[in-house]
Amino acid sequence: MHDPLGVRRRRRRATIWLLGLLAAVVATIVVAVGLGAAYVTPGTVAQILGHHLLGLPEGGWEATEEAIVWKVRLPRVLLGALVGAGLAITGMALQAMVRNLLADPYLLGINSGASSGAAAAILFGAGTSLGAYALPGSAFLGALAASFLVFALARSGGRVTSLRLLLSGVAVGYLLYGLTSFLIFASGSAEGARSVMFWLLGSLGLAQWNGLLAVVAIAVIATITLLTLSGRGLDALAIGDETAHTLGISPDRFRTLLLILVALTVGVVVSAAGSIGFVGLVVPHLARRAVGSAHSVAIPAAALMGAILLIWADVLARVLLQPQEIPIGIVTALLGAPFLIVLIRRFSARDA
Amino acid sequence: MIEAAGLSWTYGATTILEDIDVASHEGRVLGLIGPNGSGKTTLLRLLYGALHGNGTIEIDGDDLTALPAKEVARRLAVVVQESGTTDQNFSGALTAGEMVLLGRTPHLSAFARAGERDLEIAAECLERVGGTHLGPRSFAALSGGERQRVLIARALAQEATHLLLDEPTNHLDIRYQHEILALVRKLGTTAIVVLHDLNLAARYCDDLVLLDRRRVAARGTVDEVLRPEILEPVYDIGIERLELREEIHLLFHSL
Repeated sequence: MHDPLGVRRRRRRATIWLLGLLAAVVATIVVAVGLGAAYVTPGTVAQILGHHLLGLPEGGWEATEEAIVWKVRLPRVLLGALVGAGLAITGMALQAMVRNLLADPYLLGINSGASSGAAAAILFGAGTSLGAYALPGSAFLGALAASFLVFALARSGGRVTSLRLLLSGVAVGYLLYGLTSFLIFASGSAEGARSVMFWLLGSLGLAQWNGLLAVVAIAVIATITLLTLSGRGLDALAIGDETAHTLGISPDRFRTLLLILVALTVGVVVSAAGSIGFVGLVVPHLARRAVGSAHSVAIPAAALMGAILLIWADVLARVLLQPQEIPIGIVTALLGAPFLIVLIRRFSARDA
Repeated sequence: MIEAAGLSWTYGATTILEDIDVASHEGRVLGLIGPNGSGKTTLLRLLYGALHGNGTIEIDGDDLTALPAKEVARRLAVVVQESGTTDQNFSGALTAGEMVLLGRTPHLSAFARAGERDLEIAAECLERVGGTHLGPRSFAALSGGERQRVLIARALAQEATHLLLDEPTNHLDIRYQHEILALVRKLGTTAIVVLHDLNLAARYCDDLVLLDRRRVAARGTVDEVLRPEILEPVYDIGIERLELREEIHLLFHSL
């Protein structure tokens, strides 16, 4: 086929990648649901899922197996997939917005804003009338406040420099983690379900079939869709404000909308799984390597890769020190930090 | 046609431009020239609405500030000096083809994907700048001259009536300087070009606006503006004008 731009070939290649990743996500879910203290074979998992989702006839599995698969592990694995996808795409959107590879919601203090918001909701019982939605709602507001604060601090003379942005992100991040921990201790529920450890290092242990999981699913899937559809705008913004402007996109307005979307996703993700680092930093890079930088394909690729990565990180968190569970943030840090070091080495090599 | 009248721009307490009139003419190349700091680039940025100063700017008879951003981008295509290549992992990893395709943005609704027609137009534009072979290559891996061609192709893909270029020959080898400007001429689009080099302006522009200390020092055809008595006080250097094969060449010497 005539393809002087090479765009058709790249699109085909990306489609193959995305289909492959989608298959890998499904396979990962089936296998990961079986892994843990009690092992269930992938075949049995597939049968149980088939029974529940597709109405296939009941097979020869035990009631405990069904309970483990359907009630305990599947919501956890699904939450992992959603959280991984959400963190990966918000990382990618932030990187395009600030044109810096090191941007991610964790480093920019947005996660800690979400934690503070959620912790405040717990302490003050904020919005108890809103029930299950108080937590993600106030986490969203916390994330939103933190992101606008970080961007405002980084702005000097109308310009945001990457260095100032990262520094103010780190500063605001520390401040808000301190605040979160303080709020948790003040609330007297430090030993409760959502401990300081939960907010600092994350966990998928609270996953269950409930409204919160639905909220996470809606927010993450909506954000993936919107960011994918806005791929061209993200491409233009990643090149520069002036370029975006000359292509008819208002960079300031677009950036503000993106920041709200990012805060929304990070807010609900953190309220369900605590603050998990490195996914938003590492995965976008891997996705760009696989399918290229055009965001219309890089965003869905990052979502799928993030899902796979976080599910496996959670499997490791569950099985490494059985029967004890490790906070998942420890696993992602152990996997992600070496990657960050490689990135830094490469940057300095290029600058020199 | 772009018609600007009474343009002024102040940054903080500093006045960069004061009471400038500029008009482009159908199918002609207008050069903006002047010493460093005379406000050439600022003037161009005012003309495409990246800066908002005082004065009026009309594009084909419509007030620039009243037009939606997208409509402006359908009328004015701009080649800016920003190419986003500082970090290879962003636009750098876009291919030249994807870069050109971005030029279709003003013609697509926010969420729409570029379709067959857009791919065709983008391919044609890349061909017009002689860059067909560059399509699948990484933009960041291209030479300065190749990048500039790709950016011009992207501007062409906007199918705008005007082409604005901010020092398109910056950082280019002499061969590419001539190649790029010859290309701009050949396109036949109404163009406004910020240029540093007076000999390039002499060769590739039809009309010139000479800026000096915030104001227009001279305007007219190349022949009218590029005269020693006009240029010497502005650039503070001795200038000799030669005409070889009906082309103006300037020689410089200390005063």
